[in-house]
Amino acid sequence: MNPIRTFADIIRSPGVDETASSDAGMSVVIKSLSAYYGKHRALEDIDLDVRPGLITAIIGPSGCGKSTMIRCINRMHEVIKGAYATGSVLLDGEDIYAPDASPVRIRRRIGMVFQKPNPFPTRTVYENVIAGLRLNLPKMPKAEYDETVERSLRAAALWDEVKDKLHSSGSALSGGQQQRLCIARAIAIEPEVLLLDEPCSALDPTATLKIEDLLFQLKAKYTIVLVTHNMQQAARASDMTAFMLADESHVGHLIEYGPTQRIFMEPREKSTEDYISGRLG
Amino acid sequence: MPKDGEERRFLGRRVRGTVNAALAVALTALSVAILFAIVGHIFVNGVGSLNADFFTKIPKPYGEVGGGIAQAIAGTIVMLLVAGLIAIPIGMGTAIYIIEFGRGRFAEVVRFAIELLAELPSIVVGVFIWALLVRNLTGYSGIAGACALAVIMIPIIARSVEEILKLVPDSLREAALALGTPRWKVVLYIVIPTVLPGILTGVMLSLARAAGETAPLLLTALGNTFFNLDLRRPMAAMPLQIFNYAVSPYDDWHRKAWASTLVLIAIVAILSGAVKFFTRRWKHESH
Repeated sequence: MNPIRTFADIIRSPGVDETASSDAGMSVVIKSLSAYYGKHRALEDIDLDVRPGLITAIIGPSGCGKSTMIRCINRMHEVIKGAYATGSVLLDGEDIYAPDASPVRIRRRIGMVFQKPNPFPTRTVYENVIAGLRLNLPKMPKAEYDETVERSLRAAALWDEVKDKLHSSGSALSGGQQQRLCIARAIAIEPEVLLLDEPCSALDPTATLKIEDLLFQLKAKYTIVLVTHNMQQAARASDMTAFMLADESHVGHLIEYGPTQRIFMEPREKSTEDYISGRLG
Repeated sequence: MPKDGEERRFLGRRVRGTVNAALAVALTALSVAILFAIVGHIFVNGVGSLNADFFTKIPKPYGEVGGGIAQAIAGTIVMLLVAGLIAIPIGMGTAIYIIEFGRGRFAEVVRFAIELLAELPSIVVGVFIWALLVRNLTGYSGIAGACALAVIMIPIIARSVEEILKLVPDSLREAALALGTPRWKVVLYIVIPTVLPGILTGVMLSLARAAGETAPLLLTALGNTFFNLDLRRPMAAMPLQIFNYAVSPYDDWHRKAWASTLVLIAIVAILSGAVKFFTRRWKHESH
């Protein structure tokens, strides 16, 4: 069916168990999570067990609530006026929706990269990387900032391209470089989990592949959740895949969740198969 | 024939287009011409009276020729500074509250109140400050005048800063929030620096407007023909001076009214020019 390649050829992680290492990253357990925009319910009763040290892809047609769900994992959903969530999300066993949990502290432990690259326009590349440290942690000696900038930019596979223009504006970089700068900024504060909300949707194929390679390296240290509307990307880049779908009243549900290979090769649900084969969405 | 009809319609559209464009150009020319006529008239009538005395001396007694308006220039500058100190934090704070923190009905009420305040006739502001401060507390004084000007400036600053904050994309706020930044820090260190040139322009706008206000000062600062920088005593201001000179029976004072008007316009123009210059440089450096 696929004119380029079939999913079987591009699935990169044949077996989940080979790549999963128990000490990498933190587990995220989502329990009966529902999300609302004012009166409208956008997500109903999501249960999802994100395994540590793996890349989990969330796929589904537009409007199925995948972005809403990922934003619930670091309590970014509630920054929208009128939006709130119920249920619980356990980060390493600790409920981030507990009454005494601070959303600000949660977000330091769970980094996020957005759909559109959003470096701070008035700041340099260098300042962008350490923005999280400067804004939210006690002042550090310059040598530590220097070290963090180099380490984060190397981790984001951007160091070689920008090492000579660290002090020019972050918005002067290309789109793909900006997105990797945003990843560097997110990992500079050393989070335990990295959330990426369609990080490649504004990028060309070359930049997309660079980001995917990067994620593959980063999963040794971080638990990664990747929202994507691109099924090839989910097949290429992820170990686990969750398929979501909205019902007639636009409420998003989790339809199926499992190792990427199984979801793509032997989906159990009819709607998953329809979506993956292009008959739906 | 259908072709003829089509050509006629085409011609009609062209004629209508030309007429509309000509009308737009003519009206634009008219408004620019009015501006130039005013400024030109003021310049021609005022420039002859400008000399060193005009800027350094205070007015001469009735009937005597000479002297200047130094006390009015100083009074206007002092009252604008004090009014700015009062109005900038309040106006900016209001706008920041409405856009960054306000949720639900209360923010709407605040926005509506600011709109009403902006539409208040300035003489009413003068009467209000007179009743509130002048009568009971301060008497006719520079500080009362500054308060009246601040009331004029607050809604202008609040509305312009509100519009500017709306231009900051939410993606920028989310970028900072997602790093675990508290909201107040997002506003202070990310949002405001991004739109600082726009905020300065809004503040300038309000200063320019306040610099020309006469009515609120009549009942508060009162005016003064002597040099006075004491905020507790009546203070001179350029618009008051212009008003007093213009309604006087002396030709010399009429000429001085024109000259004062010219200086007032020049001060406002220089201020806004300076802000434009510095914000452009600031923008340039950060990119």
